[in-house]
Amino acid sequence: MEKTTPLFQMHEQEGGKIVPFAGYLLPVQYKDILEEHMAVRERAGLFDVSHMGELLLTGHDALDTLHYLCSNRFHDMQDGRVRYTLLLNPQGGVIDDLLVYRLSAERYLLVVNASNREKDAAWIKEHLLGNTQLEDCSDHFAQLALQGPKAKEILEKLVKAEEIPAKYYTFTEEALVGDIPCLLSRTGYTGSFGYELYCPSDDAKKLWKLLREAGEEFGLLPCGLGARDTLRLEAGMPLYGHEMDDEVSPMETGLGFAVKLDKEEDFIGKKALMERGEPTVTRVGLKVVGRGIVREECPLFVGQEEVGKTTSGTFLPYLKGAYAMARVNRSYAELGTKLMASVRGRMIEVEVVPLPFYQA
Amino acid sequence: MNLPKSMVFTKSHEWVKFLSEDTALIGLSDYAQDQMGSLVFVNLPMVGDEVIAGEPLGDVESVKAVSDVYSPVTGTVSRVNEELLDAPESINQDPYAAWLVEVSDISDRDDFLSATEYEEFCLKEE
Repeated sequence: MEKTTPLFQMHEQEGGKIVPFAGYLLPVQYKDILEEHMAVRERAGLFDVSHMGELLLTGHDALDTLHYLCSNRFHDMQDGRVRYTLLLNPQGGVIDDLLVYRLSAERYLLVVNASNREKDAAWIKEHLLGNTQLEDCSDHFAQLALQGPKAKEILEKLVKAEEIPAKYYTFTEEALVGDIPCLLSRTGYTGSFGYELYCPSDDAKKLWKLLREAGEEFGLLPCGLGARDTLRLEAGMPLYGHEMDDEVSPMETGLGFAVKLDKEEDFIGKKALMERGEPTVTRVGLKVVGRGIVREECPLFVGQEEVGKTTSGTFLPYLKGAYAMARVNRSYAELGTKLMASVRGRMIEVEVVPLPFYQA
Repeated sequence: MNLPKSMVFTKSHEWVKFLSEDTALIGLSDYAQDQMGSLVFVNLPMVGDEVIAGEPLGDVESVKAVSDVYSPVTGTVSRVNEELLDAPESINQDPYAAWLVEVSDISDRDDFLSATEYEEFCLKEE
Protein backbone atom coordinates (compact mmCIF):
# COMPACT_ATOMS: atom_id res chain seq x y z
CA MET A 1 0.00 0.00 0.00
CA GLU A 2 1.50 3.30 -1.11
CA LYS A 3 1.82 6.25 1.21
CA THR A 4 0.59 9.71 0.39
CA THR A 5 2.45 12.98 0.87
CA PRO A 6 0.87 15.81 2.87
CA LEU A 7 -0.07 17.37 -0.48
CA PHE A 8 -2.09 14.47 -1.86
CA GLN A 9 -5.37 16.36 -1.57
CA MET A 10 -3.92 19.32 -3.48
CA HIS A 11 -2.86 17.04 -6.32
CA GLU A 12 -6.35 15.64 -6.61
CA GLN A 13 -7.85 19.13 -6.56
CA GLU A 14 -5.40 20.28 -9.22
CA GLY A 15 -6.39 17.37 -11.46
CA GLY A 16 -3.11 15.47 -11.14
CA LYS A 17 -2.83 12.05 -12.78
CA ILE A 18 -1.78 9.98 -9.78
CA VAL A 19 0.67 7.07 -10.05
CA PRO A 20 2.64 5.01 -7.54
CA PHE A 21 6.30 6.06 -7.34
CA ALA A 22 8.92 4.93 -4.80
CA GLY A 23 6.19 3.87 -2.38
CA TYR A 24 4.19 7.09 -2.71
CA LEU A 25 1.15 8.16 -4.67
CA LEU A 26 2.26 11.19 -6.66
CA PRO A 27 1.13 13.08 -9.76
CA VAL A 28 2.99 12.06 -12.90
CA GLN A 29 1.44 15.11 -14.58
CA TYR A 30 -1.39 17.55 -14.13
CA LYS A 31 -2.47 18.61 -17.61
CA ASP A 32 0.48 18.03 -19.84
CA ILE A 33 4.14 17.09 -19.35
CA LEU A 34 5.29 19.23 -22.27
CA GLU A 35 3.59 22.36 -20.93
CA GLU A 36 4.86 21.73 -17.42
CA HIS A 37 8.39 21.28 -18.72
CA MET A 38 8.21 24.53 -20.71
CA ALA A 39 6.76 26.40 -17.73
CA VAL A 40 9.91 25.57 -15.74
CA ARG A 41 12.24 26.57 -18.56
CA GLU A 42 10.45 29.82 -19.37
CA ARG A 43 8.52 30.86 -16.25
CA ALA A 44 8.12 28.71 -13.13
CA GLY A 45 6.90 25.34 -11.93
CA LEU A 46 5.98 23.95 -8.51
CA PHE A 47 6.70 20.33 -7.58
CA ASP A 48 5.80 18.22 -4.58
CA VAL A 49 8.96 16.30 -3.77
CA SER A 50 7.95 15.32 -0.26
CA HIS A 51 8.76 11.71 -1.05
CA MET A 52 12.46 12.58 -0.78
CA GLY A 53 14.01 11.37 2.49
CA GLU A 54 15.45 13.71 5.11
CA LEU A 55 17.97 12.24 7.55
CA LEU A 56 19.47 14.33 10.33
CA LEU A 57 23.03 13.48 11.30
CA THR A 58 24.14 15.08 14.57
CA GLY A 59 26.82 14.84 17.22
CA HIS A 60 30.41 15.68 17.99
CA ASP A 61 31.69 13.14 15.46
CA ALA A 62 29.15 13.82 12.72
CA LEU A 63 31.77 15.36 10.41
CA ASP A 64 34.06 12.34 10.80
CA THR A 65 31.13 10.07 10.07
CA LEU A 66 30.36 12.00 6.90
CA HIS A 67 33.95 11.72 5.76
CA TYR A 68 33.95 8.00 6.38
CA LEU A 69 30.57 7.30 4.73
CA CYS A 70 30.56 9.77 1.86
CA SER A 71 32.83 10.20 -1.12
CA ASN A 72 33.11 13.99 -1.10
CA ARG A 73 35.01 16.21 1.36
CA PHE A 74 33.27 18.38 3.91
CA HIS A 75 36.02 20.19 5.96
CA ASP A 76 35.83 23.28 3.89
CA MET A 77 32.04 23.49 4.09
CA GLN A 78 30.51 26.40 5.94
CA ASP A 79 27.15 26.60 7.68
CA GLY A 80 24.44 27.26 5.12
CA ARG A 81 26.18 25.38 2.33
CA VAL A 82 24.99 22.33 0.39
CA ARG A 83 27.15 19.65 -1.20
CA TYR A 84 26.39 16.75 -3.54
CA THR A 85 27.93 13.43 -2.53
CA LEU A 86 27.66 9.66 -2.83
CA LEU A 87 27.30 6.83 -0.37
CA LEU A 88 29.47 4.00 -1.67
CA ASN A 89 29.52 0.34 -0.74
CA PRO A 90 32.83 -1.46 -0.06
CA GLN A 91 32.94 -2.62 -3.70
CA GLY A 92 32.81 1.00 -4.87
CA GLY A 93 29.21 0.82 -6.15
CA VAL A 94 26.75 3.58 -5.38
CA ILE A 95 24.30 3.04 -2.50
CA ASP A 96 22.74 6.44 -3.14
CA ASP A 97 23.45 9.98 -4.23
CA LEU A 98 22.45 12.72 -1.83
CA LEU A 99 22.71 16.35 -0.80
CA VAL A 100 24.39 17.26 2.49
CA TYR A 101 23.20 20.50 4.13
CA ARG A 102 25.53 21.84 6.81
CA LEU A 103 23.29 23.31 9.52
CA SER A 104 26.22 23.63 11.93
CA ALA A 105 29.53 21.88 12.63
CA GLU A 106 27.65 19.12 14.44
CA ARG A 107 24.34 19.02 12.52
CA TYR A 108 23.90 17.91 8.92
CA LEU A 109 20.74 17.32 6.95
CA LEU A 110 21.05 14.54 4.36
CA VAL A 111 18.49 14.56 1.56
CA VAL A 112 18.26 11.13 -0.03
CA ASN A 113 16.23 9.39 -2.74
CA ALA A 114 12.83 8.15 -1.62
CA SER A 115 13.39 4.65 -2.89
CA ASN A 116 16.67 4.36 -0.97
CA ARG A 117 15.69 6.03 2.25
CA GLU A 118 15.40 2.93 4.42
CA LYS A 119 18.48 1.32 2.90
CA ASP A 120 20.48 4.50 3.48
CA ALA A 121 19.30 5.00 7.06
CA ALA A 122 20.16 1.39 7.95
CA TRP A 123 23.58 1.63 6.28
CA ILE A 124 24.46 4.93 7.94
CA LYS A 125 23.32 3.70 11.36
CA GLU A 126 25.58 0.67 11.02
CA HIS A 127 28.59 2.88 10.39
CA LEU A 128 28.17 5.81 12.78
CA LEU A 129 31.47 6.85 14.32
CA GLY A 130 31.87 7.80 18.02
CA ASN A 131 29.35 10.30 19.21
CA THR A 132 27.01 10.58 16.21
CA GLN A 133 23.27 10.06 15.90
CA LEU A 134 21.03 9.61 12.90
CA GLU A 135 17.36 10.47 12.90
CA ASP A 136 15.01 9.82 9.99
CA CYS A 137 12.86 12.98 9.88
CA SER A 138 11.28 12.30 6.51
CA ASP A 139 7.75 12.07 7.81
CA HIS A 140 8.01 15.42 9.57
CA PHE A 141 9.04 17.32 6.45
CA ALA A 142 7.32 18.17 3.24
CA GLN A 143 9.52 19.33 0.38
CA LEU A 144 8.44 21.60 -2.46
CA ALA A 145 10.57 22.62 -5.41
CA LEU A 146 9.96 26.03 -6.97
CA GLN A 147 11.89 26.05 -10.23
CA GLY A 148 12.21 28.40 -13.16
CA PRO A 149 13.50 31.86 -14.09
CA LYS A 150 10.59 33.55 -12.28
CA ALA A 151 11.15 31.64 -9.02
CA LYS A 152 12.96 34.53 -7.36
CA GLU A 153 10.28 37.08 -8.15
CA ILE A 154 7.65 34.72 -6.78
CA LEU A 155 9.55 34.17 -3.54
CA GLU A 156 10.21 37.88 -3.13
CA LYS A 157 6.47 38.37 -2.67
CA LEU A 158 6.52 36.04 0.33
CA VAL A 159 10.01 36.12 1.85
CA LYS A 160 12.27 38.90 3.16
CA ALA A 161 15.05 39.57 0.66
CA GLU A 162 17.82 38.76 3.16
CA GLU A 163 16.31 35.32 3.80
CA ILE A 164 16.46 34.28 0.14
CA PRO A 165 19.72 32.41 -0.47
CA ALA A 166 21.61 34.18 -3.25
CA LYS A 167 24.21 31.65 -4.31
CA TYR A 168 23.74 28.23 -5.86
CA TYR A 169 23.96 25.42 -3.29
CA THR A 170 23.43 27.67 -0.27
CA PHE A 171 20.45 27.83 2.08
CA THR A 172 18.70 29.72 4.85
CA GLU A 173 17.79 27.38 7.68
CA GLU A 174 14.98 29.44 9.12
CA ALA A 175 13.28 31.47 6.45
CA LEU A 176 9.68 32.60 6.78
CA VAL A 177 7.63 32.03 3.66
CA GLY A 178 4.50 33.99 4.47
CA ASP A 179 4.22 32.83 8.07
CA ILE A 180 5.53 29.31 7.42
CA PRO A 181 8.99 28.38 8.72
CA CYS A 182 11.01 26.79 5.92
CA LEU A 183 14.50 25.69 5.18
CA LEU A 184 15.02 27.43 1.87
CA SER A 185 17.81 26.37 -0.47
CA ARG A 186 18.97 27.44 -3.92
CA THR A 187 19.01 23.94 -5.27
CA GLY A 188 17.01 21.90 -7.72
CA TYR A 189 16.85 19.01 -10.11
CA THR A 190 15.72 20.71 -13.28
CA GLY A 191 18.69 22.61 -14.68
CA SER A 192 16.73 25.85 -14.34
CA PHE A 193 17.18 28.52 -11.67
CA GLY A 194 15.20 27.70 -8.57
CA TYR A 195 14.70 26.81 -4.95
CA GLU A 196 13.70 23.92 -2.76
CA LEU A 197 11.65 24.47 0.38
CA TYR A 198 11.44 22.13 3.37
CA CYS A 199 8.58 22.80 5.76
CA PRO A 200 6.75 20.97 8.55
CA SER A 201 4.31 18.47 7.03
CA ASP A 202 1.35 20.20 8.66
CA ASP A 203 2.13 23.44 6.82
CA ALA A 204 2.60 21.85 3.40
CA LYS A 205 -0.86 22.54 2.00
CA LYS A 206 -0.75 26.15 3.11
CA LEU A 207 2.70 26.60 1.57
CA TRP A 208 1.52 25.03 -1.70
CA LYS A 209 -1.43 27.45 -1.86
CA LEU A 210 0.76 30.45 -1.02
CA LEU A 211 3.23 29.63 -3.76
CA ARG A 212 0.50 28.84 -6.29
CA GLU A 213 -1.18 32.19 -5.62
CA ALA A 214 2.08 34.15 -5.64
CA GLY A 215 3.09 32.42 -8.86
CA GLU A 216 -0.16 32.94 -10.70
CA GLU A 217 0.81 36.27 -12.29
CA PHE A 218 4.05 34.72 -13.53
CA GLY A 219 2.40 31.75 -15.20
CA LEU A 220 3.54 29.20 -12.61
CA LEU A 221 2.23 25.67 -13.22
CA PRO A 222 2.08 22.71 -10.87
CA CYS A 223 4.42 20.06 -12.27
CA GLY A 224 4.49 16.29 -11.89
CA LEU A 225 7.09 13.55 -11.85
CA GLY A 226 7.02 13.31 -15.65
CA ALA A 227 8.31 16.84 -16.13
CA ARG A 228 10.77 16.37 -13.27
CA ASP A 229 12.28 13.48 -15.20
CA THR A 230 12.42 15.23 -18.60
CA LEU A 231 13.89 18.36 -16.99
CA ARG A 232 16.64 16.53 -15.16
CA LEU A 233 17.47 14.53 -18.26
CA GLU A 234 17.64 17.66 -20.41
CA ALA A 235 20.00 19.10 -17.80
CA GLY A 236 22.13 15.93 -17.95
CA MET A 237 21.54 15.14 -14.27
CA PRO A 238 21.94 11.54 -13.15
CA LEU A 239 19.13 9.57 -11.55
CA TYR A 240 19.69 6.74 -9.12
CA GLY A 241 18.68 3.39 -10.58
CA HIS A 242 19.41 4.68 -14.10
CA GLU A 243 22.82 6.35 -14.38
CA MET A 244 24.07 4.67 -11.20
CA ASP A 245 23.30 1.79 -8.87
CA ASP A 246 24.87 -0.58 -6.34
CA GLU A 247 27.12 -2.06 -9.00
CA VAL A 248 28.20 0.96 -11.00
CA SER A 249 31.37 2.81 -10.04
CA PRO A 250 30.94 6.58 -9.90
CA MET A 251 34.03 6.84 -12.10
CA GLU A 252 32.18 4.96 -14.82
CA THR A 253 29.19 7.25 -14.83
CA GLY A 254 30.64 10.75 -14.80
CA LEU A 255 30.41 11.27 -11.03
CA GLY A 256 34.15 11.39 -10.32
CA PHE A 257 33.77 15.06 -9.36
CA ALA A 258 31.97 13.95 -6.18
CA VAL A 259 34.63 11.41 -5.22
CA LYS A 260 37.73 12.76 -3.49
CA LEU A 261 40.20 9.92 -3.58
CA ASP A 262 42.85 12.33 -2.30
CA LYS A 263 41.05 13.40 0.87
CA GLU A 264 42.93 12.54 4.06
CA GLU A 265 40.28 10.36 5.61
CA ASP A 266 39.66 6.84 4.50
CA PHE A 267 36.12 6.27 3.24
CA ILE A 268 34.03 3.25 2.37
CA GLY A 269 34.57 2.28 -1.24
CA LYS A 270 37.87 4.14 -1.63
CA LYS A 271 40.06 1.04 -1.67
CA ALA A 272 37.87 -0.69 -4.27
CA LEU A 273 37.88 2.38 -6.50
CA MET A 274 41.67 2.69 -6.29
CA GLU A 275 42.03 -0.98 -7.19
CA ARG A 276 39.67 -0.72 -10.13
CA GLY A 277 42.08 1.77 -11.71
CA GLU A 278 41.27 3.79 -14.81
CA PRO A 279 37.63 3.30 -15.78
CA THR A 280 37.00 1.72 -19.17
CA VAL A 281 33.41 2.95 -19.34
CA THR A 282 32.02 6.47 -19.10
CA ARG A 283 28.73 8.34 -19.27
CA VAL A 284 27.90 10.22 -22.45
CA GLY A 285 25.07 12.25 -23.89
CA LEU A 286 23.46 11.02 -27.09
CA LYS A 287 21.37 12.90 -29.61
CA VAL A 288 19.12 10.76 -31.74
CA VAL A 289 19.99 11.40 -35.37
CA GLY A 290 17.67 8.81 -36.89
CA ARG A 291 13.90 8.75 -36.50
CA GLY A 292 12.52 7.60 -33.19
CA ILE A 293 12.93 7.77 -29.45
CA VAL A 294 15.65 5.90 -27.62
CA ARG A 295 14.72 5.13 -24.03
CA GLU A 296 16.63 3.39 -21.23
CA GLU A 297 18.25 -0.06 -21.54
CA CYS A 298 18.83 0.09 -25.29
CA PRO A 299 22.05 -1.65 -26.36
CA LEU A 300 24.44 0.48 -28.44
CA PHE A 301 26.46 -0.89 -31.31
CA VAL A 302 29.38 -0.03 -33.54
CA GLY A 303 29.10 -2.57 -36.31
CA GLN A 304 28.52 -5.90 -34.60
CA GLU A 305 30.22 -4.85 -31.37
CA GLU A 306 28.07 -3.88 -28.41
CA VAL A 307 29.78 -0.85 -26.89
CA GLY A 308 27.33 0.31 -24.23
CA LYS A 309 23.75 0.76 -23.14
CA THR A 310 21.45 3.73 -22.61
CA THR A 311 20.50 4.57 -19.03
CA SER A 312 17.75 7.17 -19.63
CA GLY A 313 16.21 8.66 -22.72
CA THR A 314 13.13 10.27 -24.15
CA PHE A 315 11.89 13.24 -26.17
CA LEU A 316 13.12 16.48 -24.56
CA PRO A 317 10.48 19.19 -24.76
CA TYR A 318 12.66 22.33 -24.67
CA LEU A 319 15.23 21.03 -27.14
CA LYS A 320 12.45 19.42 -29.18
CA GLY A 321 14.34 16.28 -29.96
CA ALA A 322 15.07 12.79 -28.70
CA TYR A 323 18.11 12.45 -26.44
CA ALA A 324 19.53 9.79 -24.15
CA MET A 325 22.29 9.25 -21.65
CA ALA A 326 24.35 6.08 -21.83
CA ARG A 327 27.34 4.32 -20.40
CA VAL A 328 29.73 3.39 -23.19
CA ASN A 329 33.18 2.02 -23.70
CA ARG A 330 35.56 4.98 -23.45
CA SER A 331 36.92 4.39 -26.96
CA TYR A 332 33.52 5.40 -28.30
CA ALA A 333 32.91 8.38 -26.02
CA GLU A 334 34.40 11.10 -28.18
CA LEU A 335 32.04 13.88 -29.27
CA GLY A 336 30.65 13.25 -32.72
CA THR A 337 30.98 9.46 -32.52
CA LYS A 338 28.06 7.75 -34.27
CA LEU A 339 26.52 4.68 -32.64
CA MET A 340 23.50 2.55 -33.46
CA ALA A 341 20.86 2.04 -30.76
CA SER A 342 18.75 -1.10 -30.85
CA VAL A 343 15.15 -0.11 -30.09
CA ARG A 344 12.46 -2.75 -30.17
CA GLY A 345 14.17 -4.56 -33.01
CA ARG A 346 14.97 -1.41 -34.99
CA MET A 347 18.38 0.24 -35.30
CA ILE A 348 18.39 4.01 -34.77
CA GLU A 349 21.45 6.18 -35.29
CA VAL A 350 22.64 8.33 -32.36
CA GLU A 351 25.57 10.70 -31.95
CA VAL A 352 27.69 11.52 -28.90
CA VAL A 353 27.04 15.16 -27.93
CA PRO A 354 28.13 17.25 -24.92
CA LEU A 355 26.42 17.00 -21.53
CA PRO A 356 24.41 18.76 -20.27
CA PHE A 357 22.07 18.93 -23.25
CA TYR A 358 20.58 22.12 -21.81
CA GLN A 359 22.20 24.82 -19.72
CA ALA A 360 20.28 27.80 -18.33
CA MET B 1 -16.80 10.89 -23.98
CA ASN B 2 -16.10 12.15 -27.49
CA LEU B 3 -17.27 9.37 -29.85
CA PRO B 4 -18.37 9.82 -33.45
CA LYS B 5 -21.14 7.40 -34.36
CA SER B 6 -19.83 6.94 -37.90
CA MET B 7 -16.91 4.91 -36.61
CA VAL B 8 -16.35 1.54 -35.00
CA PHE B 9 -13.75 0.79 -32.37
CA THR B 10 -11.42 -1.92 -31.11
CA LYS B 11 -10.60 -3.00 -27.58
CA SER B 12 -7.06 -1.81 -28.23
CA HIS B 13 -8.45 1.71 -28.75
CA GLU B 14 -8.20 2.21 -32.49
CA TRP B 15 -11.04 3.69 -34.50
CA VAL B 16 -12.03 2.45 -37.95
CA LYS B 17 -13.98 4.44 -40.50
CA PHE B 18 -15.03 2.49 -43.58
CA LEU B 19 -14.85 4.55 -46.77
CA SER B 20 -16.18 1.66 -48.83
CA GLU B 21 -16.76 -2.08 -48.43
CA ASP B 22 -13.03 -2.87 -48.35
CA THR B 23 -11.26 0.42 -47.62
CA ALA B 24 -10.99 2.07 -44.20
CA LEU B 25 -9.20 4.84 -42.33
CA ILE B 26 -7.62 3.91 -39.01
CA GLY B 27 -6.82 6.18 -36.09
CA LEU B 28 -6.54 6.35 -32.31
CA SER B 29 -9.52 7.02 -30.08
CA ASP B 30 -9.87 10.08 -27.91
CA TYR B 31 -9.62 7.81 -24.87
CA ALA B 32 -6.30 6.42 -26.14
CA GLN B 33 -4.71 9.81 -26.79
CA ASP B 34 -5.85 11.02 -23.39
CA GLN B 35 -4.33 8.01 -21.65
CA MET B 36 -1.04 8.43 -23.52
CA GLY B 37 -0.73 12.17 -23.00
CA SER B 38 1.05 14.45 -25.45
CA LEU B 39 2.37 12.42 -28.34
CA VAL B 40 5.83 13.30 -29.60
CA PHE B 41 6.55 10.60 -32.16
CA VAL B 42 4.66 8.40 -34.59
CA ASN B 43 6.05 5.39 -36.42
CA LEU B 44 3.87 4.39 -39.37
CA PRO B 45 4.07 1.69 -42.04
CA MET B 46 4.70 2.47 -45.70
CA VAL B 47 2.25 2.49 -48.57
CA GLY B 48 2.11 -1.06 -49.93
CA ASP B 49 2.84 -2.72 -46.57
CA GLU B 50 0.50 -5.52 -45.68
CA VAL B 51 -1.08 -5.37 -42.25
CA ILE B 52 -2.83 -8.11 -40.31
CA ALA B 53 -5.84 -7.74 -38.02
CA GLY B 54 -4.68 -7.82 -34.40
CA GLU B 55 -1.01 -7.25 -35.18
CA PRO B 56 0.94 -4.01 -34.69
CA LEU B 57 0.99 -1.67 -37.68
CA GLY B 58 3.12 0.99 -36.02
CA ASP B 59 3.56 2.78 -32.73
CA VAL B 60 3.03 6.11 -31.08
CA GLU B 61 5.22 7.56 -28.36
CA SER B 62 4.61 10.06 -25.60
CA VAL B 63 7.32 11.41 -23.34
CA LYS B 64 6.59 8.64 -20.87
CA ALA B 65 5.98 5.56 -23.00
CA VAL B 66 5.67 3.86 -26.33
CA SER B 67 2.42 2.12 -27.37
CA ASP B 68 1.79 -0.21 -30.26
CA VAL B 69 -1.00 0.61 -32.66
CA TYR B 70 -2.79 -2.59 -33.71
CA SER B 71 -4.29 -3.00 -37.10
CA PRO B 72 -8.02 -3.63 -36.82
CA VAL B 73 -8.10 -5.15 -40.32
CA THR B 74 -6.08 -7.29 -42.71
CA GLY B 75 -5.24 -5.53 -45.95
CA THR B 76 -2.75 -3.32 -47.77
CA VAL B 77 -1.75 0.16 -46.66
CA SER B 78 -2.91 2.49 -49.44
CA ARG B 79 -2.22 5.87 -47.82
CA VAL B 80 -0.20 7.11 -44.85
CA ASN B 81 -0.91 10.39 -43.07
CA GLU B 82 2.61 11.76 -43.36
CA GLU B 83 1.65 15.07 -41.80
CA LEU B 84 1.57 13.25 -38.47
CA LEU B 85 5.28 12.51 -38.69
CA ASP B 86 6.01 16.19 -38.14
CA ALA B 87 2.94 16.97 -36.08
CA PRO B 88 2.05 14.01 -33.84
CA GLU B 89 0.24 16.45 -31.54
CA SER B 90 -2.59 16.56 -34.11
CA ILE B 91 -3.65 13.21 -32.67
CA ASN B 92 -4.11 14.82 -29.26
CA GLN B 93 -5.85 17.85 -30.71
CA ASP B 94 -8.34 16.07 -32.96
CA PRO B 95 -8.04 12.28 -32.71
CA TYR B 96 -10.93 11.56 -35.08
CA ALA B 97 -9.55 13.77 -37.84
CA ALA B 98 -5.95 12.62 -37.40
CA TRP B 99 -6.12 9.31 -39.25
CA LEU B 100 -2.91 7.27 -39.29
CA VAL B 101 -3.32 5.05 -42.34
CA GLU B 102 -5.80 4.02 -44.97
CA VAL B 103 -6.02 0.30 -45.60
CA SER B 104 -7.49 -1.12 -48.82
CA ASP B 105 -8.28 -4.62 -50.12
CA ILE B 106 -9.51 -5.52 -46.66
CA SER B 107 -9.90 -9.28 -46.42
CA ASP B 108 -10.36 -9.77 -42.70
CA ARG B 109 -11.30 -7.73 -39.68
CA ASP B 110 -11.19 -7.78 -35.90
CA ASP B 111 -14.30 -7.78 -33.77
CA PHE B 112 -15.46 -4.21 -33.62
CA LEU B 113 -17.36 -2.34 -30.94
CA SER B 114 -19.99 0.24 -31.76
CA ALA B 115 -19.52 3.71 -30.28
CA THR B 116 -21.90 2.85 -27.46
CA GLU B 117 -20.24 -0.48 -26.72
CA TYR B 118 -16.82 1.16 -26.81
CA GLU B 119 -17.90 3.81 -24.36
CA GLU B 120 -19.02 1.13 -21.89
CA PHE B 121 -15.75 -0.73 -22.45
CA CYS B 122 -13.68 2.38 -21.63
CA LEU B 123 -15.70 3.16 -18.52
CA LYS B 124 -14.91 -0.33 -17.23
CA GLU B 125 -11.21 0.18 -17.92
CA GLU B 126 -11.05 3.25 -15.71
